[in-house]
Amino acid sequence: MTLLNVDAIDVYYGDFQALYGITLNVKQGETLAIIGANGAGKSTLMKAVAGLMTPASGSITFNGSDVTKLPSYKRVPMGIALTPEGRRIFPSLTVEENLLVGGYSKRTGPWNLASIYDAFPLVADRKDRVGLNLSGGEQQAVAIGRALMSNPDLLLLDEVSLGLAPVVVEQIYAAMPKITNAGTTVLLVEQDVNQALKIADRVQCMLEGRTVLEGTAQSLTRDQIASAYFGI
Amino acid sequence: MGWLNAVVQGVLLGGLYALLAAGLSLMFGVMRIVNLAHGVLAVVAAYMGYFLVDKLHWSAFLTLIVVIPAMAGIGYVLQLGLLNPALGRGGLAPILVTFGLAVVITNLLQQFFSADTHSIQTGTIATDSIHITDDISIGVFSLLTFVVGVVVIAGLQMYLSRTRGGRAMRATSDDKDAAQLMGIDNKRIYAKATAIALGIVGLAGVFLGMRTQFSPTAGDATLIFAFEAVIIGGLGSLWGTLIGGMVLGVAQAVGAQINPAYGILIGNLVFLAILAFRPTGLLQKAVNS
Amino acid sequence: MSIAENLKVKRATKSSWAGLVIAIVVVALLAMGPYTFGRGMQQNLVILFSLIVLGTMWNLLAGYGGMVSIGQQAYIGIGAYGLVYIADTLGIDPFIAVPIAVIIAGIFSLPISFLAFRLSGGYFAIGTWVIAEVVKLIVEQMDVLGAGSGVSFMALTTLSPGRRIAYVYWLSLIAVVIAVAVTYLLMRSRLGLGFTAIRDDAVAAGSLGVRVTRSKRIVYVVSGMGCALAGAMIAANTLRVQPESIFSVQWSAYMIFIVVIGGIGTIEGPIVGAIVFFALQQWLSDFGVWYLVILGLLAIIITLLLPRGIWGLISGNGRIRLFPVGYRIANPLEKFALIKPAATPEE
Repeated sequence: MTLLNVDAIDVYYGDFQALYGITLNVKQGETLAIIGANGAGKSTLMKAVAGLMTPASGSITFNGSDVTKLPSYKRVPMGIALTPEGRRIFPSLTVEENLLVGGYSKRTGPWNLASIYDAFPLVADRKDRVGLNLSGGEQQAVAIGRALMSNPDLLLLDEVSLGLAPVVVEQIYAAMPKITNAGTTVLLVEQDVNQALKIADRVQCMLEGRTVLEGTAQSLTRDQIASAYFGI
Repeated sequence: MGWLNAVVQGVLLGGLYALLAAGLSLMFGVMRIVNLAHGVLAVVAAYMGYFLVDKLHWSAFLTLIVVIPAMAGIGYVLQLGLLNPALGRGGLAPILVTFGLAVVITNLLQQFFSADTHSIQTGTIATDSIHITDDISIGVFSLLTFVVGVVVIAGLQMYLSRTRGGRAMRATSDDKDAAQLMGIDNKRIYAKATAIALGIVGLAGVFLGMRTQFSPTAGDATLIFAFEAVIIGGLGSLWGTLIGGMVLGVAQAVGAQINPAYGILIGNLVFLAILAFRPTGLLQKAVNS
Repeated sequence: MSIAENLKVKRATKSSWAGLVIAIVVVALLAMGPYTFGRGMQQNLVILFSLIVLGTMWNLLAGYGGMVSIGQQAYIGIGAYGLVYIADTLGIDPFIAVPIAVIIAGIFSLPISFLAFRLSGGYFAIGTWVIAEVVKLIVEQMDVLGAGSGVSFMALTTLSPGRRIAYVYWLSLIAVVIAVAVTYLLMRSRLGLGFTAIRDDAVAAGSLGVRVTRSKRIVYVVSGMGCALAGAMIAANTLRVQPESIFSVQWSAYMIFIVVIGGIGTIEGPIVGAIVFFALQQWLSDFGVWYLVILGLLAIIITLLLPRGIWGLISGNGRIRLFPVGYRIANPLEKFALIKPAATPEE
């Protein structure tokens, strides 16, 4: 069953067009990775799905209802959660408060403070620390935990590995199976192609606002991805 | 009347200033709006109380059950109707809009209630006092105001740190766009914050009206004293606001002890001295945004 | 060939040359005022002139410098009291006393700026008000300045009323020309360019070497001096200075309404605003304080719906500039689209 259907959306920043008729489908329970170079429009796509940007044309359907023009705060109760670019942890709130705010929409499901602490021991260790005093990796883990607190049907992960040490990236990705095994559908944006291929069921590669390649993670070859990635 | 008595009265007066300042502090904390109509809105509440007591013969404290919700409602509508649009208009707009509002309300009060002074009659509580020593006696009403001020500050602090709504307010204050990604509608949160702020203003305004004579222009001094309490205490700290109110109250009371004409001047000078030598206020918040 | 070689940058436009000619003609005609207008008319025009000076100075502060003050009445009072004290008590010629009073206001404003600049935004606004209140409360304690009841301005009463009113009229007209010219020249200078940069992005401007605080301080001091000039005009016109009225926050309300209604951030706006304000004040004078209610509502509506004010409406959102302070490209090449609208992600 299709959970998210993005149909031919165009998105602009002022006069600059960032997305050209992007279409994608995410099935219930699947993990789709969007890969592509800087400026390919990956984060813009995430923003459009989360409701931070409104497409000029095309539509976005989630769980059967049209959400194209819905503001982000109305999408959260429907089951869409985003860990934004730059993590955006609330700096004056403690880690635990950040998580509690993540659960503001009161959706129920497998995720609560206890299960987040269980899945991310790093977060449990830092629960009384304020957001301002977290390292990049800690922030990323809290950001994912915070998004999970809304028990989303669709989790959007934007550039999880950006700016983090490889060992930290490994730690964070180690928790991914727990998320997908809980039944959560994941749409992630990643520049690190290897990480993306490891956890994704399917991969969609973007270049300059357009989809240039898509397929299951197993079916795509390195060369195909490399040429799509760099547009050569 | 000795110096010690002046200090005691000043501390108690600080409770009223803290009460008047709490809403100003909250609105700035949540949405970085400095509401220049804050003072005159307290005076509006005082006039509401006056109207209910003088014309409808309610008892003074009973008016609170009408005035507080009415002011909160005004706050909610004000935020949705005027201040949220102003926030989208850049840095100067909220200042200009709230200033314009202050002038409009002040002059409307002048039209309807004249420039004469009024006060809210409270009966014997206004004059009852507790004898401590030969030099010091504490007015029952002053003490009550102080206690209410402390309770309100404590309650507001609890609300912000312990409840779902309070956390949402702090999160919105930190990063309103990220808050939206948590399902928080920041415009509603702002409206709620202003409703709470003006509810407290309603309480403070009625107490102000019970304590002193007021006229339509009383909002000017009210805004200034509330502002001084906030800055003396340090931005972003509610307990700081309480301490700021007490420092201001003591400065004014001691100044008035030197010469009745000096009270407000000394209060202002103490404020300027703190601004000059400790611009972050007495109680500085650890996290500065 | 680069884009830059194709573009001609210029400051003056046809409308600005027209503006200069119109300004000279209007000032020349107004200078004949004492020969054509009655005394009452002249005194009314002095009030209008002082409102133009005040509006222009407040606009310099807020429209260009980004600082909303509600305490400029401190300098109005210093200018008024300064003139009276210097001319009456020290016996200096009133027309020399005016510039001295203005300089004194400038000297006061410098240390005050260090205090006020510790606050920003709305708190800066209230802070300036507190400072104005402190100045008032101190003046009220000074017997030499008449304490709470104020002073009368005597120096000019040796002149015949017709002559006195004419002199004050001319002085005020000169004050308007100075205030507008100083603002215009300041905003055309490097300082003005810096402010445009600060308004667009204070942090970036700072990193590019725009001295943000120093620029703001210059504007604050100049604005204080201009308000003192207006204060001196008001004292010379009314011959009486009282602390409660000369230090009233009402002046700030007037200034804000004039600038917001006329059009903030333009030279022309405060002039238009002062005329509208003055007309409404006269027209509605029989209805008590209703004119302030109407002006206040108008200011709120304009802030929210018409941020460029009445002048913005007249000039077609800045296409006509009588006093251009910016640079414009003489032959914009549309296809290069040099300036793109900023990205506005959905709130």
